[in-house]
Amino acid sequence: MATAAGTFPQAHEESTIWTWLTTVDHKKIGAMYGVTGFAFFLLAGFEALLIRTQLAVPNGTVVDAERFNQLFSMHALTMIFLAIMPLGASFFNFFLPLMIGARDVAFPRLNALSYWVFLGGALLLTSSFVFGGAPDGGWFAYAPLSAEEFSPGTGLDFYVVGLLLLGTSSLIASLNFAVTVINMRAPGMSMMRLPVFIWMMLVVNFLLILSLPVITVALIQLLFDRNFTTNFFTPSEGGDPILWQHLFWVFAHPEVYVLILPSMGIVSEVLPVFAKKPLFGYSAMVFAGVAIAVLGFAVWSHHMFTTGLDTVPQIVFSASTMAIAVPTGIKIFNWMGTLYGGSIQFNTAMYFAVSFIALFTIGGLSGVMHASPPVDSQQQDSYFIVAHIHYVLFGGAIVGIFSGIYYWFPKLTGRFLDETMGKVHFWTMFIGMNLTFFPMHFLGLSGMPRRIYTYDADLGWETWNMVATIGAYVLAFSVLVFLVNFFTTMRKAPDAPDNPWDAPTLEWATTSPPPEHDFDVIPVVRDRDPLWYDRDNGIEKPEVPAGLHIHLPPPSYFPLLMGGGSLLLGVGVLSHLALTALGVVIIVYSVWGWALEPTD
Amino acid sequence: MRPSARAITLTIVSLAIVLVTSLLIWLGWDATASDPQTTLDPLSDNARAVNDVYTLITILAGVVMIGVLTLVLAFSFVFRERPGHEAQQIHGNPRLEVFWTLIPVIIVVAIAVPSFQVIVDTTGDAPDKSVEVVATGHQWWFEFEYPELGALTANELHLPVGRSINVELRSGDVIHSFWVPQLSGKVDMVPGHNNRLWFTPEQTGTFLGQCAEFCGTSHAHMRFRVVVESEADFDAWVDSQLADAAPAQGTLAEAGEGIATTICAACHTIRGTTAAGQIGPDLTHVASRTTLASGMFDNDTDNLRDWLADPPDVKPGSKMPNLNLTDEQLDQLVAYLQGLD
Repeated sequence: MATAAGTFPQAHEESTIWTWLTTVDHKKIGAMYGVTGFAFFLLAGFEALLIRTQLAVPNGTVVDAERFNQLFSMHALTMIFLAIMPLGASFFNFFLPLMIGARDVAFPRLNALSYWVFLGGALLLTSSFVFGGAPDGGWFAYAPLSAEEFSPGTGLDFYVVGLLLLGTSSLIASLNFAVTVINMRAPGMSMMRLPVFIWMMLVVNFLLILSLPVITVALIQLLFDRNFTTNFFTPSEGGDPILWQHLFWVFAHPEVYVLILPSMGIVSEVLPVFAKKPLFGYSAMVFAGVAIAVLGFAVWSHHMFTTGLDTVPQIVFSASTMAIAVPTGIKIFNWMGTLYGGSIQFNTAMYFAVSFIALFTIGGLSGVMHASPPVDSQQQDSYFIVAHIHYVLFGGAIVGIFSGIYYWFPKLTGRFLDETMGKVHFWTMFIGMNLTFFPMHFLGLSGMPRRIYTYDADLGWETWNMVATIGAYVLAFSVLVFLVNFFTTMRKAPDAPDNPWDAPTLEWATTSPPPEHDFDVIPVVRDRDPLWYDRDNGIEKPEVPAGLHIHLPPPSYFPLLMGGGSLLLGVGVLSHLALTALGVVIIVYSVWGWALEPTD
Repeated sequence: MRPSARAITLTIVSLAIVLVTSLLIWLGWDATASDPQTTLDPLSDNARAVNDVYTLITILAGVVMIGVLTLVLAFSFVFRERPGHEAQQIHGNPRLEVFWTLIPVIIVVAIAVPSFQVIVDTTGDAPDKSVEVVATGHQWWFEFEYPELGALTANELHLPVGRSINVELRSGDVIHSFWVPQLSGKVDMVPGHNNRLWFTPEQTGTFLGQCAEFCGTSHAHMRFRVVVESEADFDAWVDSQLADAAPAQGTLAEAGEGIATTICAACHTIRGTTAAGQIGPDLTHVASRTTLASGMFDNDTDNLRDWLADPPDVKPGSKMPNLNLTDEQLDQLVAYLQGLD
């Protein structure tokens, strides 16, 4: 075998662990994203349970103020960057090539790199609990509280470096995925025949490509303010803390759509399959998703209505925010139109998908309320907002992800999750979620601010806080049911046929789970719902040619190595700069080896 | 296609379920209006203007919620798979889609116009002859200064009823937020930015305020009271605040004054004595205030003593350190401070 001079020889598949460490297969990478994301989902859920336990009664003593501030900051950071985003990336990794009829993503090694950089960033951020204290300035880290003067520990440095690594990973993945969608579709798969899930993820990729550079700049400014005596955000030296808020929200508002659009895509796949009819208003669905994304870049200051914005900007940002209700409404009505006239099979995936419509509607409506700055002046930074974001991100994003897990599980593993346990999981999660988050509306109306580690008994907040805490434990129980379901199912023998749900999209045209090369023969797409078209027109699956040989990209060490190098880059900033130098050396070496690595 | 009797029945059942749920929600919603720090019982002109828009938007959102949830539920019941029924293969309906694009457009316009009107009405300059107040947020307490009247106090803002109040918002360190739900929506106190808000209290009483922007360790303990009183009571209060500190009465308090002017003076001002520190709250009339440590607890002997004994223990992160005072010193200091009314 040819070996480029000075580089490692190509990786061989020698053991299971080595296979996973050097894999460039999108399905394996998707599985790693999924397992990692779910593990962090459990961690963030545990943090939430501690928070709710502390707040169950007035003057709680479960955790102290400093720990509480770390917990709510890390709960948000973990859920957003280490759970929901990677779970979305997991589905996208696994299903993007399968749904567009390709054999892998455009840049398989880059795909592996984005996972390893993500893992490094995730571990680094979480390790802050052990090394001197986690970030405690909220996920938004507002200046000047985030300045060294007011946050002297290393928590905020872990925040900066962790997010820089995670952002790099997301940027790599987004470019890779966008190129894949645009260039690698099967014959006949025009853009307006793309599954809506792929469309929504494509939109997500562009949101990330456009917004991540902004937060990267802001994080580097914060890093310099904290460590190298610059004063970008220091008011006493002529800096401006409001600048941080603008830069942060120019990124973080689109980020909200990064979290919710994948789930909108998932339910847009699930609803038609189990209603047994095509998605209602496909084009409107696609354009509404794109419109939400475009408008999403013009609304960031609605997070800043109370910062003393002048009259005109308040009106402008209020108008643009309210405008988002229009494409969002179109989506909700089209999902309802998909149910209308159907023959709906109610299995667990469908329970989650239908409840997504209801819960997301509630979150959307409370969002329209504080799009009005006068209303926002009472709701901003109160528990009403906590209720709102959890209806969108739990009732929306997480519920959509669970719908996707039940729907695609046979394709992912060749096995069906147990339906009885699935229903128990759904009902306990649905009840727990409403019990936890609906009372938070009342707490906000009653004047309870967010992010307080304790409260007095005489404010009328005891009852609903207790109810919310009970709800949180019901939620935890529901996740436990899912875990039991997962592990018992994984011990069964695979028995899923290619297309158990009679679904219309291409991932169901291959075996469950798919072979390493995805498709024996690249499918030809003749309709927006290709498998239904083939079924209704009697088109058989193409014959597999004899002596089939498919060239797949070989495994590679270099993504792992470069991921390790970039982790050292970050660890060095937090400990000793010599490690950063070592990281640079490793990265340069990896690039060299990567470029010269033989490809077969 | 005429809907079947079955479909009509199931839709009515769905509507009933959603209406009952909505009624329960409304009961919970409405009950919060009687809580001490409620956002739903406005008692100033600007808070009332905000509340009017709030009510309109709440009603519209409620109607949409009831409509959407009823239809989702009804479709789930009506179109559940049954033998002999096939799904209708509909791809869309342009006329219907245009129609339901217009629904949110109309609703959005209906909430936008009154919202913008309130923004214009409430964010402009305060009326002439307003009472001027400079409110400064500190980690973790509020300072209130009346620049025209010369008074200075902390954590307890006194205001005359029926006169407009113009509040200039400043910060001594990080971003805080000034929020008295019954009198005014919140506006942030941002260092380097002098934000403003104004309102006219319409009723006497004591109203609760709390910092709404996360500001560090003891964010939860950054509360304040607003005392709205008659013009005469307010004038009397201002006069009492302008006076120098009351002289120490008795040997215990005199010893306490000695501690105050040596140890406490590093951070606190007590006008009429040599204590002129600029870091903590002005203590000249500390005994006239009803709470301690920024609204944490009532201003009584036990609480004051506990606070002085170990501030960071009762208020996490407190900038006031444990001064390691002896029991005797604590008694003396409490006696002195309680005379500063």
